Amino acid sequence: MIGAADIASFLGRRRGRGALHWSDWLAYGYLALGVLVVALPILWMFVSSVKSPRALVENDPRLMPYEQVTTPAPDGGRALNVFVWTRPDGSRTDVAFVGPRGINARVFELSAPQTVFEVPRNALTRKEIIQPRWQNYSEPTFGATQSRTFNFLRYFWNSLFVTVVATLLTLVVNAMAAFALSKYRFRGRDAMVLVIVSTLLIPPTVILVPLFITVSSLGMLNTLWGVIIPAIATPTGVFLLRQYMLTIPEELLEAARMDGASEWKIFWRIMLPLSLPALSVLAILSVMWRWNDFMWPLIVLTQSEVFTLQLGLSTFKGELNDNMHHLLAMTVLTLMPVTLVFVFLQRHITTGIANTGLK
Amino acid sequence: MATLELRQVSKAFGATRVIHGIDLAIDHGEFVVFVGPSGCGKSTLLRLIAGLEPVSGGAIEIDGARVNDVPAAERGLAMVFQSYALYPHMSVRQNLSFGLENLKTPKAEIARRVAEAARMLRMEPLLERRPGQLSGGQRQRVAIGRAVVREPKIFLFDEPLSNLDAELRVQMRIEIGNLHQRLGNTMIYVTHDQVEAMTMADRIAVLKDGRLEQFGRPLDLYNRPANLFVAGFIGSPRMNFLDGALAASGPDGAGVVLKAGGRIVVPCADGGLTPGAAVRLGVRPEHIAIVENGAGDVALSVVLTEQLGGESYLHGNLPSGEALSVRLHGQTRVRRGDVVGLLLADPGLRHLFDAQSGLALPMRT
Repeated sequence: MIGAADIASFLGRRRGRGALHWSDWLAYGYLALGVLVVALPILWMFVSSVKSPRALVENDPRLMPYEQVTTPAPDGGRALNVFVWTRPDGSRTDVAFVGPRGINARVFELSAPQTVFEVPRNALTRKEIIQPRWQNYSEPTFGATQSRTFNFLRYFWNSLFVTVVATLLTLVVNAMAAFALSKYRFRGRDAMVLVIVSTLLIPPTVILVPLFITVSSLGMLNTLWGVIIPAIATPTGVFLLRQYMLTIPEELLEAARMDGASEWKIFWRIMLPLSLPALSVLAILSVMWRWNDFMWPLIVLTQSEVFTLQLGLSTFKGELNDNMHHLLAMTVLTLMPVTLVFVFLQRHITTGIANTGLK
Repeated sequence: MATLELRQVSKAFGATRVIHGIDLAIDHGEFVVFVGPSGCGKSTLLRLIAGLEPVSGGAIEIDGARVNDVPAAERGLAMVFQSYALYPHMSVRQNLSFGLENLKTPKAEIARRVAEAARMLRMEPLLERRPGQLSGGQRQRVAIGRAVVREPKIFLFDEPLSNLDAELRVQMRIEIGNLHQRLGNTMIYVTHDQVEAMTMADRIAVLKDGRLEQFGRPLDLYNRPANLFVAGFIGSPRMNFLDGALAASGPDGAGVVLKAGGRIVVPCADGGLTPGAAVRLGVRPEHIAIVENGAGDVALSVVLTEQLGGESYLHGNLPSGEALSVRLHGQTRVRRGDVVGLLLADPGLRHLFDAQSGLALPMRT
């Protein structure tokens, strides 16, 4: 297992033993830049996802989630915003904003709600506190808005189903193709590999319409299978697995044949376990592809009960108003599963490679 | 019971023929070694028998039944590969039981046979380890164990010891020999090492360029090589060959006039050759004795002596320029630059070959 000391020594690697060489500075500077470029947008999204809707609409550039302090209205109406009023003599008082009148604002001091008076608006500054707005998360998932427009749990389930089923089928189908194309000798094998790989040159948008017609005539519109099945066989997956399987020694298969194993058994008991590192890579790719896929689900799925998360997110961007706070919070949630999968399988890859040392 | 018979078996990869019609009959319980230089087709022949490659012509029969079209999985043979080919993702125990699981052997029976094989090959402590955690010799034992548990009709070994160091090789050679004694199965063993062949085999099949040169017991191959190739291949150091011409045959056998000078008699028939025909005399280094310069059949100018203590080797040239080696028992005083006379073996230990066809001339009995 990796301990803290290993990580520390890994992060502290340098050229030689002495002080940091200039090339160390260069290397670390470059790496830090890379980390910033990759991590900053995600960090920014996370920080923004707990900001108030007002801060988002105003493009508040501050890092922390500031929220305006409010006070209940004396007449029981909606809550009033609290401002800091700077008197001409420089002293300050908290006041509640009742409404505008010309260039002035009608306010009252918090201690004396009865006396409403007017002050110049430019003498007021917002009174703000740092408060993450977790409702951004809770409202679309469990709150009142959930049932109306954005059914997070349902979309999450749809996305999960599509991702898991499509990934499993992708692994099995592509591994079978790769097995045949790497371990059997037959006429036209190399030509077939070439044809499969060359389909990478066809942009997906070109086959969108024929694919739609096919899926539609199979009656799979507005079903999750309509999203899953066209995505199963991928040239990338076949090529990746085939190249890996080519490195598995022929003698292992022959040993299994001498051991009386059927070809089916050789595939499941020998080829698949030994291809685990490549399968993990393909699994990561497939999970990311299916989870983040937007274009194809958008075309196949039109009813909101079969929406995937990505389609659901798009419903936050309306014609008239954007629910940026909900959109950001849900995007963070949407990001989580893929990140977790990646972290988990990443470790799996390294152990997989370590276990394959044959001789 | 398991007998194996090859009838005119041939194999071609595309246009390249690698096996040219081999006939071979192996009895039950025999330990047969296929030996030959690399590229002679011995491994290919083994793979044909195993069923890992389809034959291009001829027939393979196991216990009298033709198996040409029976897949490898169903021939009931077991093979030990040169690279061992252990399944790296399975423990030793799983490696051993995989074949039995495929045969749908009951669990208890599998456990019994694995335990038995592990005890026999002294690898009980290794059963839960992965192949990656074993040394070369241990892997070799697991590979053999995997064959043993299957209780196959015939064991096939494809150069199983070539990845081991010299000491371990000798040890495993003995173990495989013991295994054969104990199990009594038919075994076919491929190697390029003639010492392995001589020490282990009941019968040796010498192959060259996809053809069977000679098939017989080790000492028959040593004493009565059928041709120049077998004569040169079997025995270490290799047999010396001296060019000569056939002289008239006398009552003692065929006379030979050596290019290196001198006349010698070999007790063999002339094999239909006319006097004057080119022949090659074969004499093993261990059958040559040295005498004083001027005496003996030919003279040798020594260019190198190797003293091993228990035995010594002289390497030198004959007057004709031909190289010749002598193996002497014990130690010698002969040094580089000395010229010594040679006695070229007892007549009965000399071999005479037709220089054209390479075939041995038949000895008189």
